[in-house]
Amino acid sequence: MKIHEYQAKKLFKKYGIPIPDGDVASTVDRAKQIANKLSGFPVALKAQIHAGGRGKGGGVKLATSMDEAIQFADQIIGMTLVTDQTGPEGQKVKKILVERGLNISEELYLGIALDRSNAKIVIMASKAGGMDIETVAEESPEKIIKVFINPLLGILPFHCRDIAFGLQLSLSVMKSFYEILTNLYRLFVDYDCSLLEINPLVTTKEETMMALDAKINFDDNALFRHKEIVDYRDPDEEDPLEVEASKYNLNYINLDGNVGNMVNGAGLAMATMDIIKLADAEPANFLDVGGGASEEMVEIGLKIILSDKNVKGILINIFGGILRCDVLSKGLVEAARKTGINVPVVVRMEGTNVDEGRKILSESGLNLTMAVDLKDAAQRVAKLVTNG
Amino acid sequence: MNLTQIAGGIVGIFVDKNTRLLVQGITGREGQFHTRQCVAYGTRVVAGVTPGKGGQKMDHTPVFHTVKEAVGQTGANCSMIFVPPPFAADAIMEAADAKINLIVAITEGIPVLDMMRVKNDLSGKPSRLIGPNCPGIITPGECKVGIMPSPIHQPGGPIGVVSRSGTLTYEVVHQLSREGIGQTTCIGIGGDPICGTSFIDCLDAFEKDPETSGVVLIGEIGGTYEEEASEFIAQNMTKPVVGFIAGLTAPSGRRMGHAGAIISGGSGTATGKIAAMKKSGIHVCEDLGGFGRFCTTVFKDA
Repeated sequence: MKIHEYQAKKLFKKYGIPIPDGDVASTVDRAKQIANKLSGFPVALKAQIHAGGRGKGGGVKLATSMDEAIQFADQIIGMTLVTDQTGPEGQKVKKILVERGLNISEELYLGIALDRSNAKIVIMASKAGGMDIETVAEESPEKIIKVFINPLLGILPFHCRDIAFGLQLSLSVMKSFYEILTNLYRLFVDYDCSLLEINPLVTTKEETMMALDAKINFDDNALFRHKEIVDYRDPDEEDPLEVEASKYNLNYINLDGNVGNMVNGAGLAMATMDIIKLADAEPANFLDVGGGASEEMVEIGLKIILSDKNVKGILINIFGGILRCDVLSKGLVEAARKTGINVPVVVRMEGTNVDEGRKILSESGLNLTMAVDLKDAAQRVAKLVTNG
Repeated sequence: MNLTQIAGGIVGIFVDKNTRLLVQGITGREGQFHTRQCVAYGTRVVAGVTPGKGGQKMDHTPVFHTVKEAVGQTGANCSMIFVPPPFAADAIMEAADAKINLIVAITEGIPVLDMMRVKNDLSGKPSRLIGPNCPGIITPGECKVGIMPSPIHQPGGPIGVVSRSGTLTYEVVHQLSREGIGQTTCIGIGGDPICGTSFIDCLDAFEKDPETSGVVLIGEIGGTYEEEASEFIAQNMTKPVVGFIAGLTAPSGRRMGHAGAIISGGSGTATGKIAAMKKSGIHVCEDLGGFGRFCTTVFKDA
């Protein structure tokens, strides 16, 4: 799960990580009030959307006067911001963060992530702050310092020294850097973060350190123990169909194609999307109804697929294990009766109780195409959507 | 319960007819259902553990409060875990502490940090963990420790199957059996970012298993397990390997159902994994619909 910069900065504040003075606004008036309170310019105005690359897209401005601040706030609030991470449709800006400008002397990068391959927490730091860190990692990996931490031991003083001296920090900011790093690590572990980034972490001319930006992603699996983080969820940042599906524990991702598909199990669902593509059609979604899906979940899944107006045909691929084919078939018949399926549906079923399942479908009177195997199913649905 | 016992006519890796199974979370809905399925398949289920329900029975299986107690009373050497996510990491470490040889964690949704702690804890211990978020392991005809549908499997080998997925594995195994290709052992290593047992661990065991003459490896987007496996195969394996990668059409930055199935910053793509596999001499099948036939061709001399 992702949160906004202003929300991440609230957590920073709680953990004693210095951030610039400021506040969040959703109206120009409120932005003006905040700028007034900061008493002095420049003032930074930053669009609050989840996607990165906000600066390049015109979502971050530095105002040198109140007139400029008002003008920029008016521009940014309500704009549809397109960055290289939002996709061409962009993301509408509803809130801006208004912050005091700083006398920056150096911009650093500091990040904490989970390293899958060796099951350690990795701290990454670089003098190349303010830039896209993935580009730095690709073009000059030697500029990134990495320190691996055993989660059973936690962060130790030598980890901090390795990074601080690696960054060639001046001794005057060393102590505050250690504090920032250990507090950041504590925040990361306390809240089950999957990624935490400050880009840039700045040293000021006054020899202080401050987190100019803040990005935090959380491990979805751990949200059950962080109710206050769940409250930070912003549904405006998510696809409405995906929000609906998540209410029923369905794994649904909306895509650009026109072949809707419903599958049990994530791996088979991905493979089904691939085989649709292989048959020269485009998948409209990823939908995993899970191993233990009920009749009701099958019904809701189908409803969600059908509410995507791009869908011209549906492929249902179920390998019955825990989810039995007869249960699926009943759900399907029920859903078809209630929602009225107005596009062709191809069904491919295999596994537990497959004969009963096929019988239920063939006796239902519904207009379904039964496929003999996976390849047949993909080819049939592709043909149906291309021939109208 | 391992390769060394093959002399006694035992097929497969990690589990066989001598496996003595303990089920953690045996009294829950899923625990009960799948325990019964395993018993029906012929697995020797010797004990269950549910804290607070010691002394009771689940069907004919005695239930204990703790794993240590269960091991002491029944000689269980393998544990299958159905404990819910908030308590699953604790259950795995309890099993390891009681010196269980093989721990199979079925539970889906364990926090990644919990699993990192487990992985670091287990690194100094002899226990092997399979999973979590996996369908388990089956040596067809001998022993099933998991939730996979039994009838799709064909006993007797000669092919080993290892996969990060559940139902996709069933699909593949079903196609193998339909082609008349039996399996030695089928292992689901799980769809989470942190897995107890890697592809490499399984490939190594299959390479050493005299009953196995070829391996099917089913990967998906995210992480670098498939790339590492490819490297290992190029260096160490003499047996033919057929590979498949799911997620060619998956968008970047999205978690595709499995917590571990995510392309991040251009790494973990299906294209990259397929290229790595081909470079290592793995026979990559790109059409799941024809997987069984593809295997027949590759394994005909195996």
